Amino acid sequence: MGEFYMPSLGADMEAGTLVEWLVKPGKRVKRGDIVATVETQKGLFEIEIFEEGLIGEPLVQTGEKVPVGTVLAMVHAEGAQVTPVEVAPKAAKTPIAETTAEQLPRAKPPSAAAPPPFSVPSGRVASSPSARALAAELGVDLGAIHGTGPHGAIQRSDVELAARATSQEAPAHKEPAPSGTLQEGMRQAIAAAMSRSNREIPHYYLEMDIDMSRPLRWLETENLKRPIRERILPAVLLLKAVATALGDVPELNGFWIDNRLQVSPEAHIGFAIALRNGGLITPAIHNVDRLTLAELMTAMGELIERTRAGRLRSSEMSDATITMTNLGDLGVKTVFGVIYPPQVALVAFGRIMERPWAENGMLAVRRCVTATLAADHRATDGHRGSQFLEALGRYLQNPEKL
Amino acid sequence: MNNDKLKEIIYRILKQIAPECDPTELLPDENIREALDIDSYGFLQLLIGIGEETGVDIPETDYDQVFTLAGMLGYLSKHLP
Repeated sequence: MGEFYMPSLGADMEAGTLVEWLVKPGKRVKRGDIVATVETQKGLFEIEIFEEGLIGEPLVQTGEKVPVGTVLAMVHAEGAQVTPVEVAPKAAKTPIAETTAEQLPRAKPPSAAAPPPFSVPSGRVASSPSARALAAELGVDLGAIHGTGPHGAIQRSDVELAARATSQEAPAHKEPAPSGTLQEGMRQAIAAAMSRSNREIPHYYLEMDIDMSRPLRWLETENLKRPIRERILPAVLLLKAVATALGDVPELNGFWIDNRLQVSPEAHIGFAIALRNGGLITPAIHNVDRLTLAELMTAMGELIERTRAGRLRSSEMSDATITMTNLGDLGVKTVFGVIYPPQVALVAFGRIMERPWAENGMLAVRRCVTATLAADHRATDGHRGSQFLEALGRYLQNPEKL
Repeated sequence: MNNDKLKEIIYRILKQIAPECDPTELLPDENIREALDIDSYGFLQLLIGIGEETGVDIPETDYDQVFTLAGMLGYLSKHLP
C-alpha cells in the first residue's frame, strides 16, 4: 500500500489547495497518471501519481489547503479491497515535509516496480546526524517527517520544512485563492525562493562570448527544409548544447541537499518562461540530452503553451536539475542569474546580436551570444564552471551533432 | 486579399498571442515584438498563423523585413500566392 502526497512543486511551495480530484476512489492508477489538480501561489497544476494500484477514498477534500507532504489518498495494491481506510487523522493531516520522489536527485532511474512507500517505520527513523540535532533544537518530531534522502532518510531540509509548516499551523482554507491574488502569490513565491537563494547560495559568475554564426547558418539551412510548423528556434540549440555540456561537467547538474552535492544522472532543464501577466515559471523539460532538436522544439513549444494555459504537471514543477534562462528576446547582452534552490547552477543567455569579432588576426562582424553561468560555489569551483562554458561553446560549433 | 483583410488577420493572431494587448494600436513602423513584448516563440506562432491564413511562408532569412506592421503588410502583398 502506498500513499499519495501533496507534492512540493518547487522550493518555494509550502502548501497547496486541492482543487479537483480527477479520478474516483477504486480507480486503477499507474505511474504518471494525472489524478488531481492543485492550486499554489504560482497557479493551477496537474498532479501526477507515482504509485501503482487502486486509489482510495480522498483524505483531503476539494477546496482544502494542506501543507506539502500531506497524504491526499492511499493507493492500494491491486486486488485489495478498497474501503475507506482507517487512517489516523494525525497521520493524514499532520504537516509533514516531503518533497516527492520526483524532486529527488535519483541515484539511478526509478525501477518499473512500485517504489517503496516513503513512510519511515516508526521506532527507528533513518536520519542524518545534523537533521537529528536540528530536530531536537526546533522541537520537531522525527517520526512525523517524511525523509527525502536516500532510502527515505530525513535530512536537515526536511526538518526545516516541517518546522516551518508546523509553525504556520497550516490553516485549512476552504476556497482556492481568488485569481486576483494569483499575481501577488506568484510574487511572494518568487520572493521566497530567491531570498533563500541569495541567503544560502554563495554564487559565482562566469561569462563567455560565443560566436553563433556557424550554428545559426546551419539552423537556417535546416529550417529551409522544414515546413514553418517544424521550424527550430535558436533557443533549442542552446538547450541541447547545455544538456550536452552537462555531460562533460555533471557537477553543475543536481542539487545541494544536506550539505553535499547530489549529482543528477538526468538532465531535466528548468526553462524560464515569463508569464504575460507578470511572473515567471521554470518548468522542466525532461531528459533534454536524449531528445533530438526536433523533439526538443516540440517539447519546448508544448511546455510554453501549457505554462500559459495553466496546465503544467507536478513533475515538471519539481524535478528540474538546472535552470536555463534566455533573455535574448530583449536587448539584454548579459544575464547574471539567481540559482533556484536546491539546484546548483543556472545558465543564461542574452541576445544574439552582431558584434565585432577578432579571430586569426582578422576583425569580422559575427552574430554572437553571451553565455553566463551562475553556480553554487559550495558545489563547484570556477575552474569546472569555465570548463562547462568552454564545452558549451564547443558543442554549439558543431550543431549537426547536437 | 487587400491590406485591410491582411491587417485583420494579423491583429487577430496577435490578440491570441498577446491577449492583454490591443494590436490595433500598433504604429506602422513600430517593432511588433518589442511593442507587444512577444518572444521568439510567440513570433514564430504569428508567422505560422499568417502562413496558414495567407499561404505565405516567410523564411527565416526574411524575418528582418517583417518586424513592423508596415513591413509585414508590404511583404505579404508582394508574396501572396
